[in-house]
Amino acid sequence: MSTSAVGPPAPAPVEGARARRLTEWVFRIRELGIVVALGLLILVTAILEPRFIEADSLRNLALNASIFAILAAGQTLVIVTRNVDLSVGSVLGLSAYFAGDLLSSNPGLPLPVVFLLGMGLGAVCGLFNGILVTWGQVPALVVTLGTLYAFRGLAFLWTDGSQVNAETLPDAFLDLGTDSILGVPYLVLIALVVVLAVGQWLRDFRSGRELYAIGSNPDGARLAGVRSDRRVLTAFVAAGALAGLGGVLFTARFGTVDATAGVGYELTVIAAAVVGGVAIFGGTGSVYGAALGALLLGCITSSLIVLRVEAFWQQAAIGALLLIAVALDRFLGLRIDTALRRRSARRAG
Amino acid sequence: MLADAATSEPSAAPSAAPAAGATPGARVRGVLGRWEALLIGLLVITFVVGQGLSTEFLTADSFTTGSLDLSEVAIMALALALVIVAAEIDLSIASVLALSSAVMADLWNRGLPLELIMPICLVVGGLCGAFNGVLVTRLGLPSLAVTIGTLALFRGLAFVVIGDESVTDFPVSWTDRAFGNFAGTFVPNTMVLFAGLAVGFGVLLHFTPFGRSVFAIGANEEASYFSGLRVKRIKLILFVMAGIVAALAGIIISLRNSTAAANVGQGFELTAVTAVLLGGVSIFGGRGTIVGVILALLLLGGIQKALLLSESISSYWIQIVTGALLVGSVLGPNLARRVSETRRRRSSQSQHPEEGHP
Repeated sequence: MSTSAVGPPAPAPVEGARARRLTEWVFRIRELGIVVALGLLILVTAILEPRFIEADSLRNLALNASIFAILAAGQTLVIVTRNVDLSVGSVLGLSAYFAGDLLSSNPGLPLPVVFLLGMGLGAVCGLFNGILVTWGQVPALVVTLGTLYAFRGLAFLWTDGSQVNAETLPDAFLDLGTDSILGVPYLVLIALVVVLAVGQWLRDFRSGRELYAIGSNPDGARLAGVRSDRRVLTAFVAAGALAGLGGVLFTARFGTVDATAGVGYELTVIAAAVVGGVAIFGGTGSVYGAALGALLLGCITSSLIVLRVEAFWQQAAIGALLLIAVALDRFLGLRIDTALRRRSARRAG
Repeated sequence: MLADAATSEPSAAPSAAPAAGATPGARVRGVLGRWEALLIGLLVITFVVGQGLSTEFLTADSFTTGSLDLSEVAIMALALALVIVAAEIDLSIASVLALSSAVMADLWNRGLPLELIMPICLVVGGLCGAFNGVLVTRLGLPSLAVTIGTLALFRGLAFVVIGDESVTDFPVSWTDRAFGNFAGTFVPNTMVLFAGLAVGFGVLLHFTPFGRSVFAIGANEEASYFSGLRVKRIKLILFVMAGIVAALAGIIISLRNSTAAANVGQGFELTAVTAVLLGGVSIFGGRGTIVGVILALLLLGGIQKALLLSESISSYWIQIVTGALLVGSVLGPNLARRVSETRRRRSSQSQHPEEGHP
């Protein structure tokens, strides 16, 4: 599966650059594919039901996808390193209740502090996961399946069946989840900034590129001097912090929060990343793709609702889309592997 | 699975080492050091603590209700264990369970007799498993991604089949059979079925050539392929079995609750995976026993029941304890191995100081 961004050892620097250009190109084609699918989906839905492209409906669509896009960005960092974080839904639940509880008991608290604390709580959860994965050498699937339960249990213990109601939250906070600036909701703006920042870091920074190296070839990366454990830890902490941010935004958007906030989100988030071209075995994919994947999944849900297709088809459609995406990636991966091999063979012979 | 060469197979060595020609002492240590022994120890602790929390814990009644609640997960965990031993995973089993329940409801509404419906459900489950298996083996897709996809797909299809309706008018003769106890004892019928399946899967995994090849595939797929095992076919069979067993669990849960609907068993896949991993089956494949899985199920059920019965401890602790056990089940052996490795290195360094690594 690893159509590595780092690539097999190229015989010459020129060839390496060319190989890298080829992989970059495939990345872009892959993202373009989702954009085209999104465009087609919106177009078809709009033709069948013009109300779909009214501002209100599009705004709702973007709002719904925003939190998932943020979570998918974090998940991408982890999956690219050939790990996985199943605990994001539980972390979101913890931090959502934390933010709500904090604000309803101290309404005067400055909002940036609430955001920082929520993200901090998420980062601590991520750190816990990361330490168990790197230092404890426990597979990420096992660790985060365990903490999926443990963090959710903590949330239940903490809330003890109670919930935070919208009336007890300050208006300025709730406005964040619903209000817009120049027609663009704050929530969407925040998601855009996060996706661009994380995406750029993963794409262009050395520490970001090293995540691909780790995911493509863990041993190779270590031998090449990549500080794997530290990078993987960073990825988990970042994913946790982003899930924490998602939790605070969840509270701002929905107002009413109990211990069940975000139950089952983990699978949707992973589905969004995989649909967006992030290979489950690491080494491939981009944050932008994952965010587009989240948007596409949200869009399918909305358009099925608008078209009054029975809501029951939603889940089936998402599952089918995921399978198609995985199969497509496999096909593309095989093609690019062959292309790279043929190039280096031609070069050598 | 997320195979990582550097961290894979942490504790295969300790269980294999004492087998051949060891001293009696080492053999005892080998048996006691095994995962199953640890699980038995934890079980005993659970029983003692559980009895301390509530005098109702060690009663026939609490076993009956506790084991009934876990019936479906227990049955699905058996087949899932084989899939995980072969280094694959199936997260779609709970959705197959739901689809089977939905198909059952729909066909019952159409007036088919239950005796005909149940085999049809099993066939549906088998087809679901075959779908997973074909995608994994023939298209070469990772089973984690495939079964996350079919988790949504099969659950979605269940809703397509029956919507948000539910069927509750199954004949009492059948619901009694699923809910009742075996021949006047305190053991539920579902547990008798589980025991039968456990023996079947245990024999299949541990005492047949098929089972040996499942272990071989899990330990080293490529080597198995080159030594002539039909890797793809065996994996396909495992997925089909997981599907059929999940469909059976769907029939049981529908009859046991006398409710068939598309939303049954949400999240069961994670509980089943937890039981299998806690039972000592390696997530990287190639290692594990059915006995371990049974003990893990007993442990999970025991903890659940103890915390539910207890008045002083919140039942929310169930999730925290489950999660901690799951992580601890892999972390513990890892740390023990690391400690013993450090000790060995230190002792070999003191014997050959010139060869010591810096």
